[in-house]
Amino acid sequence: MQLFPCPFCGPRDETEFHYGGDAGNTRPDGGDVPIDRWANYLYLRSNPKGTAREIWVHMNCGEFFVMERDTLTHKILSSAELGGEHA
Amino acid sequence: MTRRYSALSLFKEGLAGQTGWKQAWRSPEPKASYDAIVIGGGGHGLATAYYLARNHGIARVAVLEKGWIGGGNTGRNTTVVRSNYYYPESVEIYGLAHRLYEGLSKDLNYNVMLSQRGMVNLCHSTAEMEIGARTVNAMQINGIDAELFSPEDVRRVAPIYNFSPDARFPVFGGIWQGRAGTARHDAVAWGYARAASRLGVDIIQNCEISDFIVEGGRCRGVQTTRGTIRAERIGMAVAGHSSVLADKAGFRLPINSYALQACVSEPVKPILDTVVLSPGTGVYVSQSDKGEIVIGGGLDRIPSYAQRGNLPTLETVISGLLEMFPIFGQLKLMRQWAGIVDVVPDSSPIIGESPLPNLFLNCGWGTGGFKAIPAGGTLLANLLATGKHNDISRPFDLDRFASGRLIDEAAGSGIAH
Ligand SMILES: Cc1cc2nc3c(=O)[nH]c(=O)nc-3n(C[C@H](O)[C@H](O)[C@H](O)COP(=O)(O)OP(=O)(O)OC[C@H]3O[C@@H](n4cnc5c(N)ncnc54)[C@H](O)[C@@H]3O)c2cc1C
Ligand SMILES: [Zn+2]
Repeated sequence: MQLFPCPFCGPRDETEFHYGGDAGNTRPDGGDVPIDRWANYLYLRSNPKGTAREIWVHMNCGEFFVMERDTLTHKILSSAELGGEHA
Repeated sequence: MTRRYSALSLFKEGLAGQTGWKQAWRSPEPKASYDAIVIGGGGHGLATAYYLARNHGIARVAVLEKGWIGGGNTGRNTTVVRSNYYYPESVEIYGLAHRLYEGLSKDLNYNVMLSQRGMVNLCHSTAEMEIGARTVNAMQINGIDAELFSPEDVRRVAPIYNFSPDARFPVFGGIWQGRAGTARHDAVAWGYARAASRLGVDIIQNCEISDFIVEGGRCRGVQTTRGTIRAERIGMAVAGHSSVLADKAGFRLPINSYALQACVSEPVKPILDTVVLSPGTGVYVSQSDKGEIVIGGGLDRIPSYAQRGNLPTLETVISGLLEMFPIFGQLKLMRQWAGIVDVVPDSSPIIGESPLPNLFLNCGWGTGGFKAIPAGGTLLANLLATGKHNDISRPFDLDRFASGRLIDEAAGSGIAH
């Protein structure tokens, strides 16, 4: 069992968390978004091998946050509440 | 020197003290250029090379594998072969694979030990029975063999299931596919490798692709740990590592890589002669020819390239197994492992030219591409030979994500493997 750090609750079991996608994948805005831009937002993923910046939700407290992780070693590099810059 | 495998050659080799067996495939040095390169020596890559040579007469082909052939998901999977999907597009592709599997041992002159022992997907409630009936109807309309099982039918094929009145996941019936079953995973990789090699294909192991050669906006070859190799056309079938190579080629894919784990018990006497899947526990079980109970379940819930799998998922799978088959409570687990699978939002594969022209994709099989190997190979070979889709591969092009024509098997057939 791995512990993930929730910025609000501290270290908790990995099973309490849910993966929410790439950090920085912002939703396109406005009425004339080209199809490819929508497809990128909805479907294309970075899926890096190594350091990843991801959105996670701690299902117990319900807060979303940004976690930096190594997807090969599973080492946690950082965990922080969502900033104003929209992750 | 024994080249063709047969009962007679086995007998003769027995008399000769097994001294005449030849290496099953050649291990040549890579040439500077080929007509086609296939990246990834899993089942899909090896099958692609074989069908390029056999169906299209293109044998100046190399399969480039970073480790050893079959060492990826192909050699790690739980080997269920079936075609009980929902959408017509899926039925075309998995149906083709299933038919090719039925003739594969003869075709390759290599026993892939296809065992069509049947598979039952259980239904645990009246509602699930209704969905089951819908699935069976869809399969029959698409020309795939399927039968709606009553609880008595399930009891007949899987008498050791937990039929007790207080079972958490009681049996209301099931979806039966009699032609489904299992095959020997290594044999599929080795059989394709041997047959391809005999047709002139170079199988190059310990050869990792580190970059692509791009000229005039087109892919012209690859940089590898064994030097630069150029080719007229390049295909890739690297499963969980598709995004890593896509990144080097300058594009992204609709893929997340996850660990999928499985485990086997110690070998025991024959007790389960079919494949049983419970959507309630998410666990599916079969017994190997050696007697091991082969246990598979759902994905680890954390995107990962760590080929091992984490404990919470293993616990969930084992508790599901014991709910289904209390009789297995005394079994000892022998091995547990994981493979990195390429999960796509609609749980359907991606086959077609990549955003980098001249580089062709065969990926996104996720948790269920072993059963599809003969079809994946046939279709990627066709793309590499002709540069064009045929009717079967067309719907699986990457462009479906922009056009919105998803083939949502995750929702359609609701089974992950
Ligand atoms: C535990 C588990 C159970 C499964 N159960 C089933 C099942 O019951 N039924 C079913 O149908 N499917 C199942 N699957 C899925 C199935 O195993 C895969 O979909 C299928 O094997 C994929 O084949 P492939 O040839 O595309 O990939 P792989 O067999 O993974 O081959 C890809 C190859 O590419 C190589 N590679 C990667 N990067 C590079 C590089 N840079 N350069 C060179 N080579 C590279 C890898 O080393 C690897 O050998 C299961 C998978 C797992 C992990
Ligand atoms: Zn929290």
